[in-house]
Amino acid sequence: MTLPLQERYQAGDSALHRLDPRVKVVVTLLLVLAIVLTPERAWPAYPLWWAMTGSLAILGGLNPWRLARMGGLALPFALAAATLLFTTPGEPIIAVPGLTITGAGLARFIAIALKSWLSAQAALLLAITTPFADLTWALGSLRVPGTLVAIISFMYRYLFTLKEEADRLIRARAARSGALPGQRSGGNVIWRARVAGGMVGNLFLRSYERSERVYAAMLARGYDGRMRLLYPPPLTRSAVIQGAVPVLLMILISLLAVAWWSA
Amino acid sequence: MFVPFLAMHIPDGFLSVPVAVLGWLLVIALVGFALRKTRGTLDDRQIPLMGILAAFVFAAQMINFPVAGGTSGHLLGGALVAILLGPWAAVLVMTAVIAVQGLLFQDGGLLAMGFNIVNMGIVSTFVGYAAYRWVHRTLGGTPRAQIAGAAVGAWLGVGIAALATAVELAVSGTSPLGIVLPAMLGVHAIIGIGEALITVGALAFIRQTRPDLIQAPARADAKGAGWIAVGLLIALLVVLISPLADPNPDGLERVAEDHGFAELAQDPSYEILPDYTVPFLENEALTTIAAGVIGVAVVAGISYGVARATGRRPDSAASDRASHTL
Repeated sequence: MTLPLQERYQAGDSALHRLDPRVKVVVTLLLVLAIVLTPERAWPAYPLWWAMTGSLAILGGLNPWRLARMGGLALPFALAAATLLFTTPGEPIIAVPGLTITGAGLARFIAIALKSWLSAQAALLLAITTPFADLTWALGSLRVPGTLVAIISFMYRYLFTLKEEADRLIRARAARSGALPGQRSGGNVIWRARVAGGMVGNLFLRSYERSERVYAAMLARGYDGRMRLLYPPPLTRSAVIQGAVPVLLMILISLLAVAWWSA
Repeated sequence: MFVPFLAMHIPDGFLSVPVAVLGWLLVIALVGFALRKTRGTLDDRQIPLMGILAAFVFAAQMINFPVAGGTSGHLLGGALVAILLGPWAAVLVMTAVIAVQGLLFQDGGLLAMGFNIVNMGIVSTFVGYAAYRWVHRTLGGTPRAQIAGAAVGAWLGVGIAALATAVELAVSGTSPLGIVLPAMLGVHAIIGIGEALITVGALAFIRQTRPDLIQAPARADAKGAGWIAVGLLIALLVVLISPLADPNPDGLERVAEDHGFAELAQDPSYEILPDYTVPFLENEALTTIAAGVIGVAVVAGISYGVARATGRRPDSAASDRASHTL
């Protein structure tokens, strides 16, 4: 009985995999920004954004349809915006007894869901084509404070180790939770929550004591509070140019969306 | 999570750009300050410690317990980490957790990550810690008071973070405040109970096994008042500043102006929400603030009641109040 925890990164040697991680981070953030900035009713922009994520997926050696399916992971959250269907004022278009969906509400809801789906694809592209160590390094060279980057790197390093510790705790709980068929076992919800709490406390102590051992091992190897990279790769001109192409396309689509299609 | 669509990890697309940028500005200021604060108080073991504890929070969120009808509850962790490490270190740990969830697993968006860090990494830790200190001190600083404080802190931290999330969604025009605020607060009032139970269970386990790891806040009573003030201030800021900070009229109003308000009054869609009126630009902020203040007051009042109820038990165990801090 193990918990599902799978890294998104897929090893590969595509153009997107080889691109400088700093360029990928900046382009991804700009792409998400441009998608979210799209005016609600600039409908022609949305297929263009999808064409963009789709072609980037192909450049990254991914199936764009698969990426599109994966992009739906944030859609359950869209239910939070579903009330807009009924509360946004406008021309009623569908009237179920008791509820009226307005055209404006429908447009707004669809725009939010599309933006969420497209942004998720952009974020997925970054995670799928960039090893996490490269990603944290890129964050550091993009002026994210070094301490925070080091904490994030350590977290990633021990994420799967501690996930397996949690697996062991859960397996142990399952092993001692035998019950006769048709008979209730264990206590009520509060009791169960306290058991989970004990497991969390247990996991905390295991993590805390592991960090002490890790720190001692690092000290023994000459750790002085700083993290170093041996050879930070230089930012090449071709990487900047490769990053500039999608950014120029984004600016074009955004300008068209704001100036023309939203009018 | 009990109800996934009311979860607190906001994906991209649900926050308007001005709101998302405000979130990032808050993160840059507050996390930067947290980095400065921790540099002075923790030595160079802070990086492995905080990194591994961030991984701990992530793994601990996977330990769930069945509630009812196939749903399960689990820890969010802000208050627990703040109680164990102090609020500034907790901000860094929770920031790392949310950054990895967003970057690696797309749990929460990239542009929306600013407010995700604010809600779950800053608001929940600070409010949780302040409430913990306040209840602990008010009830006499006993170990039982510490447990009661942890319960209130965990519950209130989740509640105020949910309140902040609701306000951000409403200001972004993603969901009307009159709907999203009660929904988020209602769901998270229940999630918060699970959070409180797990936090208390974890603290009880740690107290039994390694009592030296639990900070003794009763020692520093003079600073307690400051924390209460900070927590209250954050709760009020969440309520007051967010609606005023949006420079653009939200889409709801724009559409409302396009179509005229008179027509709206007869629109049948409003009959499902008789009390929800379309706000004018000046009133919208006020309505938001009023609703938020009521929310804070209700949450704080209930928490005070819970604190009084759970704290009035005779205390027998003498606490090992070692002054060991991390």
